[in-house]
Amino acid sequence: MGDSRDLEGRQVAVKKLVGSLKEAIKLCGLEDGMTVSFHHHLRNGDYVLNMVMDTIAELGYKEIKVAASAVFPVHEPLINHIKQGVVTQIDTNYMSGPVGEAISRGLMSNPVVFRTHGGRPRAIETGELPIDVAFIAAPSSDCYGNINGVDGPSACGSLGYAFPDAMHAEKVVVITDNLVNYPLTPISIDQTRVDYVVVVDSIGDPKGIVSGSTRITRDPVGLTIARYAAEVIEHSGLLNDGFSFQTGAGGASLAAAYYLKKFMKEKGITGSFGLGGITGYFVELLEEGLFKTLLDVQCFDLDAVRSIKANPNHQEISASFYANPESKGCAVDKLDIVILGATEIDTSFNVNVHTDSNGIIMGGSGGHSDTAAGSKLALIVAPLIRARLPVLVDRVLTITTPGDTVDVLVTERGISVNPKNEGLRERLTEAGLPVVDIHELKKKAEALTGKPNPIKTGGKVVAHVEYRDGRIIDTIKNTE
Amino acid sequence: MRRSLLFVPGNSPGMILNGCIFGADSVVFDLEDAVSTGEKDAARILVRNALKTLDYGNTERIVRINSLKTPYWMDDLNMIIPAGPDVIMPPKVQGDEDIHRIESYISGIEKDRGIPAGRIKLIPLIESALGVEKAFEIAVASKRITGIFLGGEDLTADIGAKRTKKGDEIFYSRSRIVIAAKAAGVSAIDTPYTDVNDEEGLIQDAVLARGMGFNGKAVISPRHVEHVNRVFTPTEEEIEYARRVLEATARGEKEGKGAVSLDGKMIDAPIVARAKQILEIAETLKGGRLR
Amino acid sequence: MKLAKMSIAGSLESNDALITIQPVDKRGVELVIESIVEKQFKDRIEKAVRQVLKDYDIDGVYVRVQDRGALDCTLKARMEAAILRGKGDLQ
Repeated sequence: MGDSRDLEGRQVAVKKLVGSLKEAIKLCGLEDGMTVSFHHHLRNGDYVLNMVMDTIAELGYKEIKVAASAVFPVHEPLINHIKQGVVTQIDTNYMSGPVGEAISRGLMSNPVVFRTHGGRPRAIETGELPIDVAFIAAPSSDCYGNINGVDGPSACGSLGYAFPDAMHAEKVVVITDNLVNYPLTPISIDQTRVDYVVVVDSIGDPKGIVSGSTRITRDPVGLTIARYAAEVIEHSGLLNDGFSFQTGAGGASLAAAYYLKKFMKEKGITGSFGLGGITGYFVELLEEGLFKTLLDVQCFDLDAVRSIKANPNHQEISASFYANPESKGCAVDKLDIVILGATEIDTSFNVNVHTDSNGIIMGGSGGHSDTAAGSKLALIVAPLIRARLPVLVDRVLTITTPGDTVDVLVTERGISVNPKNEGLRERLTEAGLPVVDIHELKKKAEALTGKPNPIKTGGKVVAHVEYRDGRIIDTIKNTE
Repeated sequence: MRRSLLFVPGNSPGMILNGCIFGADSVVFDLEDAVSTGEKDAARILVRNALKTLDYGNTERIVRINSLKTPYWMDDLNMIIPAGPDVIMPPKVQGDEDIHRIESYISGIEKDRGIPAGRIKLIPLIESALGVEKAFEIAVASKRITGIFLGGEDLTADIGAKRTKKGDEIFYSRSRIVIAAKAAGVSAIDTPYTDVNDEEGLIQDAVLARGMGFNGKAVISPRHVEHVNRVFTPTEEEIEYARRVLEATARGEKEGKGAVSLDGKMIDAPIVARAKQILEIAETLKGGRLR
Repeated sequence: MKLAKMSIAGSLESNDALITIQPVDKRGVELVIESIVEKQFKDRIEKAVRQVLKDYDIDGVYVRVQDRGALDCTLKARMEAAILRGKGDLQ
């Protein structure tokens, strides 16, 4: 397995399969202060980040920088590694759960660096974010490190976010629970990038990796917003043959796709590509011929995993292909329409998906600001009032996505169009949609809820928000 | 215009807050079946506060009170009338005496509180064999009456029939309600479709009701509103035809003709009346909005 | 005036509040507010609750508000229902 000899009959170092994670870490020459990276395709079912960091801690390393494309609730053990000084820096695109809460309370001395899904590969490729060792969870691998995400007990579909790490890290370690005969087919990331392969019992909990099937919301408020969103698209002038589309997996975003599908069928319109995190809903659109292809950087459910494995028109793309603004071409720039969410939006259309209503870290851009910037029409869908909180504020606590890249806010009580897009406002008004000035919409919300007191944050910077091009556009402070 | 009347439980603040966003022409705050006996007091206070403070825009605000056979209806009216709803919907109305009792009680409150008399309208809910038999008598019992509403569930229980999706068992009652309403010059409102997950069935049921002459239909799920609105909204062809009817009539009048015909068909008074109705609705919905 | 008995009104559903009020043996209002929007609205919640107590001239009372994002009009309705129940006027 993997053994081979040179012309003189000497064995050469092509034996990549190593017995343990410890051995692999040592072979990579990891040192204190180095950067290790992870991808988040196993999402909240991921075992690999914890497994690797526990081993690194056990081996006594300190001051490690963790560059994980996302951090989930399952990664709670990171808190202890931070307290012990094993981890002193985090670089990520998204963070939810206890780690974000602890960081908001001031856990780390170094601020977290938040990037976007396009900004991370940009930083890796330009050398701003050098990775010493990339640990890549692989649902299937052969002994030479050819891997894919579509087979095995922990199948997650696309491995898009792992590509930049594999391409640019000094050392690459593949961790798999499904070793197959050489050569693996199909191959996503290939053997030319991989140094070592470690086989473990399990890389993840399938229940946390992908949901069985992502369903559209049954919440009538969410459906109302979705219907407005679809009508905005219908009258945007962009719903033409060959249009491209991305939507999140959130209830209202997905429901908008449901209504959009109805309009497409009624009008006989076929789209060109669906982009981004792919759900079963998009798969349905592909299979019914309503879209010609899917460009998939991440699968959200089992239907998407099944489809990417079987359907040649459902293509795996890398994070750089998806959204890197400095690559020679990224897909978000070819995107017509994107539907995005918001925890807060302000009267200048700036959107926050980093911090919650109490100022605590609970998310991150992911592809939010990349797609808003690249697309021709960026719609934000959000309930105007959640519990008693208006989504519309004077100034968002954290800017994730700058307002000049957002076109329209769609709520259950009215639609506000960014003044930069006067033509759209006219078209929507003409179509009889309830278009309201964003200041008026805010007044409408506050008439019901009252004006909320602003959140007081502390004086310590706990995170920097980096825009896709590398500019720091905001900082997140600790919460009291 | 009352294409859709959305029922909202009177003790549910979340539903009351959002009642006006689904596009229903009217919202019915329900103090009757949707509220348990132990919560009648709290619900009527909540609905009163909602009526006084929440901006429902152009949505008509109806309150379904408890029936005359309960000890609650007077308390309901005492609390609700001063808050200024558009319409009171009394359930289980059996005849004109019921309407007279309610009307005189409302008038008493209006007088005591110095509220302009007669502004608050009535839409009696007819849901018994006796009520159906007296539908016309009920519809003309008060000037406040602006519509009558057929309740299919209680009715079928009362007559000992099985309630079906197809609704053959209430066909006669539907016809009777429509005739009574039209004879009295008020609107006829159809019973809700109760399977909230069967959109096809809902649409068929609404199409049937509209075809029979109903002006609108009650709904018990916000998700039903868009479908019912669509069914009860005149189509482009209907609007176009109505326009041509009125044009032809105007031409006929100008030329001093007694009888006018359009597309080889005689246009008589009812056709003109119907055309006017359709254009009124179209005018209200200008911009093609279904919501 | 004093309430006759302890009472509750409302619920823990979203957009609602559960209010518990109880007569106590001293003057004044003892108010406990737990809210999911405490940071943003605690002062307004307190104002609404005290307003209704004042309207009904209630004194010597313990009030606990478990708020799930209720609007002022809902908070006031729940307070009023609790007071009327506590006075024994209703039910």
